[in-house]
Amino acid sequence: MDRRRFLQTSGLTLATAGFGFNPFAARAADAPIKVGVLAPLTGVVASGGKEMVEGTQFFFEKRGNKIAGRAVELMIEDDGSNPDTSIQKARKLVEQGKVDFLIGNLLANTGLAVANYVKGTGTPYFIPIIAADDLTQRDRIKNVVRVAGYSASQFSHPLGDWALKKGYKKIVTVGQDYTFGHEQCGGLAQVFTEGGGEVVQQFWHPLNTADFSPYLGQIANMKVDAVFAMETGADATRFITQYASFGLKGKIPLLGAMNATDQSVIRTLGEECEGIVSAAHFAEGSDNPATAAFVKEYTAKFGKTPSLYGFSMYSGAMWVSKAIETLKGKIDDRNAFIDTVLKTELDNSPLGKTVKLDAYGNPIYDVYIRQVKKAPNGKFWNVPIETYPAVSQFWKYDPATYMKQPPYSRNFQGIKKS
Amino acid sequence: MGMNAFQLLNGLTFAALLFIVASGFTLIFGLLRIVNLAHGALYLFGGYVGYTVAVKTGSFTLGAIAAMIAVALIGFALNQGLLRFVRGNDLRQVLLTLGVAFVLNDMALVIWGGDSFTVPIPDALKGGLTFFGMFYPKYRLFVLLVGILVLIALYLLLFRTRLGALIRAGVDDAEMVEASGINIRRVFLATFVLGSALAGLGGMMGGAFLSLYPSADSEILVFSLAVVIIGGRGSLLGVAIGSLLVGLLNTVGQVMFPELAYFVIFGPMALLLAFRPLGLFGKAT
Amino acid sequence: MPNPPTTATVSASRSSVSLRAVIAAAIVVAAAALLPLVLSTYHLGLATEVLIFGLLAMSIDILAGFAGRTSLGHGAIFGASTYVVVYAVMTAGMPPLAACLLGVLAATALAAVFGLLAVRTSGVYFLLLTLALGMIVWGICLRWTQVTGGENGLRGAIRPALLADYRSFYWMVLAVTAVLSLAIWRFVRSPFGLTLRGIRDSDSRMRSLGYDVSLHLFIGFTVSGFFAGAAGAMYALFNSFVSPSSVALPQSVEALLMTIAGGVGTLFGAFVGSAAIITLENIVSSYTERWQTVLGVTFILIMIFAPEGIVGTIRVLVARLKR
Repeated sequence: MDRRRFLQTSGLTLATAGFGFNPFAARAADAPIKVGVLAPLTGVVASGGKEMVEGTQFFFEKRGNKIAGRAVELMIEDDGSNPDTSIQKARKLVEQGKVDFLIGNLLANTGLAVANYVKGTGTPYFIPIIAADDLTQRDRIKNVVRVAGYSASQFSHPLGDWALKKGYKKIVTVGQDYTFGHEQCGGLAQVFTEGGGEVVQQFWHPLNTADFSPYLGQIANMKVDAVFAMETGADATRFITQYASFGLKGKIPLLGAMNATDQSVIRTLGEECEGIVSAAHFAEGSDNPATAAFVKEYTAKFGKTPSLYGFSMYSGAMWVSKAIETLKGKIDDRNAFIDTVLKTELDNSPLGKTVKLDAYGNPIYDVYIRQVKKAPNGKFWNVPIETYPAVSQFWKYDPATYMKQPPYSRNFQGIKKS
Repeated sequence: MGMNAFQLLNGLTFAALLFIVASGFTLIFGLLRIVNLAHGALYLFGGYVGYTVAVKTGSFTLGAIAAMIAVALIGFALNQGLLRFVRGNDLRQVLLTLGVAFVLNDMALVIWGGDSFTVPIPDALKGGLTFFGMFYPKYRLFVLLVGILVLIALYLLLFRTRLGALIRAGVDDAEMVEASGINIRRVFLATFVLGSALAGLGGMMGGAFLSLYPSADSEILVFSLAVVIIGGRGSLLGVAIGSLLVGLLNTVGQVMFPELAYFVIFGPMALLLAFRPLGLFGKAT
Repeated sequence: MPNPPTTATVSASRSSVSLRAVIAAAIVVAAAALLPLVLSTYHLGLATEVLIFGLLAMSIDILAGFAGRTSLGHGAIFGASTYVVVYAVMTAGMPPLAACLLGVLAATALAAVFGLLAVRTSGVYFLLLTLALGMIVWGICLRWTQVTGGENGLRGAIRPALLADYRSFYWMVLAVTAVLSLAIWRFVRSPFGLTLRGIRDSDSRMRSLGYDVSLHLFIGFTVSGFFAGAAGAMYALFNSFVSPSSVALPQSVEALLMTIAGGVGTLFGAFVGSAAIITLENIVSSYTERWQTVLGVTFILIMIFAPEGIVGTIRVLVARLKR
């Protein structure tokens, strides 16, 4: 709907521009703020994309589609879960739509592709979902800011620490064989082995692995204290189901990356997912009043418990809006805009805690260790069982030293040999 | 690491699923000369329908029946409504089914959204059996059993019934059959509907352990293509052997050469196709 | 075995090059060269894509229209070149021009391998084999993470400073595409091209006439791969980015669809097809997320009602009017 509305207005803008008006004159302070939203509405991760749009619209609707006195125009484009399409749509939004900023994308490869594009144009680009470590570390682009997002290894560091505290000595990791998987597994493996634990083996499998039985068969005979699974989307659904059907549930504790037990995955699952432990900044089953109120409101509106995607876009939009309010709506100076966003602290978000960005454009969070439990409505959700306060993407390391080590990859998992 | 009885069973159960899906594919390819690139979409659609019905009624069997009927109907519509316009031109048929696959997948996304679903397994098949000191899920053994039953049923159909005789004759030479006064169009239609129904059944069986999600269609399609290319079109023995090979190669690939997982299946297939374009058991037309 | 959906269209244009055709071509190229003066940045970007994908579609037409072999593996050849170019510039530090030459070379070599394996097949089996080969390339790009960057692909600023401006880049692409499509046009009209057409119409007849059918198809495939690689190299410069989706099956499918939409065997129809598909995608996606459905329905309708494609259909109509 928003898109159609936009088309009519933009048609008008184009028409007036064609009649000799200076198009820049139209960008006065009372002109609408144009927000380019990129989300995968088709393709593998379409359900996540739909929630991203819902979360964004939900936020702006609550503000009456007005920020700092200026109307907000959402221009939503489908990135097709495909990086080539993402670049094309980003071009369309920036060059034709003349958006003030871009926000969105879900898959790392789409985010990296768009980041590479906006590096050239200087368009502010906010990435509440894209987690690729280096976008806010070694390959930082100034106009790319991870508002309300997290870097991939940020939460697996504390999870590794928690596993040590829990007394686990030997673990095995199973992960999707791409950067996001390498980074999450690496974060856990580094902290866990530096604290004296042993990573017995690491399985890497391609995305969209139909059948996990070959790995599960090997894990069953390994005598490990816990399994860490870094899975997203359909792979997560399958891994959790097959883990249970091979009788491993209840036998070997299962730890997951936050995305493995996100609502987008467990909402269609039954008790197979109960008990899995993960780490994240957000837990929909938290009793924090702000979180509970958001979850209630969101569930009432969309008929489902919010996932990471809906929540992150909602909070990301809130973060950027707060910066726009600070600037009283004057965001034409992109440098000032970005600087203000970087300085903005997010309060009264669904997290119920104030969050600020580190010097590299990545938020510092109180990280929950969460466990999947049965919710009052009979479905499952993540409930916090412990909190690690103020966790940055660098964990307890010194940023400069940390960034001197290579980025996590298949070959470098930060594993310390004991 | 390494192969053992457990991994062998994994390969066999996966092969059984591939057999269910690919047998329908090869029948259609063999008789109608149509490489139905919408077969994967039919699989996914069947899985979704089966899932919905199974969740609503609580019955796995009803879900499976609904999946087969729904997909058989789509197959009927596809054959009678679209493919009849391009009969006799192989490439136009193939490309048309590709268009149909796009539409079906997109419709599935509209109807069911993009969440991944797992077909609920009946209580009797939950849990596992322990034998030879290993634990193995019952449901997978059930898939193996269904695969074998489908093989037997298809064997009986093809070699013990009149329709089967016509289908086999049609695979060898459709014009001959027509010349002898048989309405080959009806045989075509029956085969197409049967093949589609098998895709639907496959979607239901696979949906319970591989789960259903956007792009599951192209994954299963690629595996089915490999099976049929290796086995040769229209051959029941070929599809059985092809499924076994692909199922086992897939497991071997995942366990022993994770880096080369695709190569392990498609490498041998490409070589075979280059030197025996008709597959192991395919016959020239 | 079947011919691709083309028949009378090719023979109609077989007469020697008329002056009119040359003038028409010159006018089209000149008009295309003036586009940057009227189009916005974004639309000029689309025009650049139309040219790049048009060249890819034309390379498919060499095989589909003139050798009777429909390939579903050209996306992989195209994308392999894109990969090599981005890798050569970003990792090996080569100058962009040398990287592009290397990319085209790699694509040509890859096409030669495809050709070696595929020349024994025809019809649906050719389609399946090229599809399978494309899958292997895709699998390698996805899994050989050290080199290809895996799922995330490779990126960086690889466009030379001279072409940084979107206008000059468009003109470069236009010039290269014009020269290469002229070369393709010459190629299919050469004696070699005529032999290919003979093979398209009947393998066995050509074989009995003493032609080495396999060798001709092998060379035809390799040449076609050269042009697909050139398109891929330009795409690398255009996007400064490459990921497995550039070599995946949908890439091959979309390129083939462009060839067919324009008209198999019409050569220049490839550009009409690519313009039609890219414009359609761009317009449709502004109104609905159901682009896949629209694409699928377009595909189905073309197959049923206009298998000769846009240019092919127009030619048939014109021929009918003249009669």
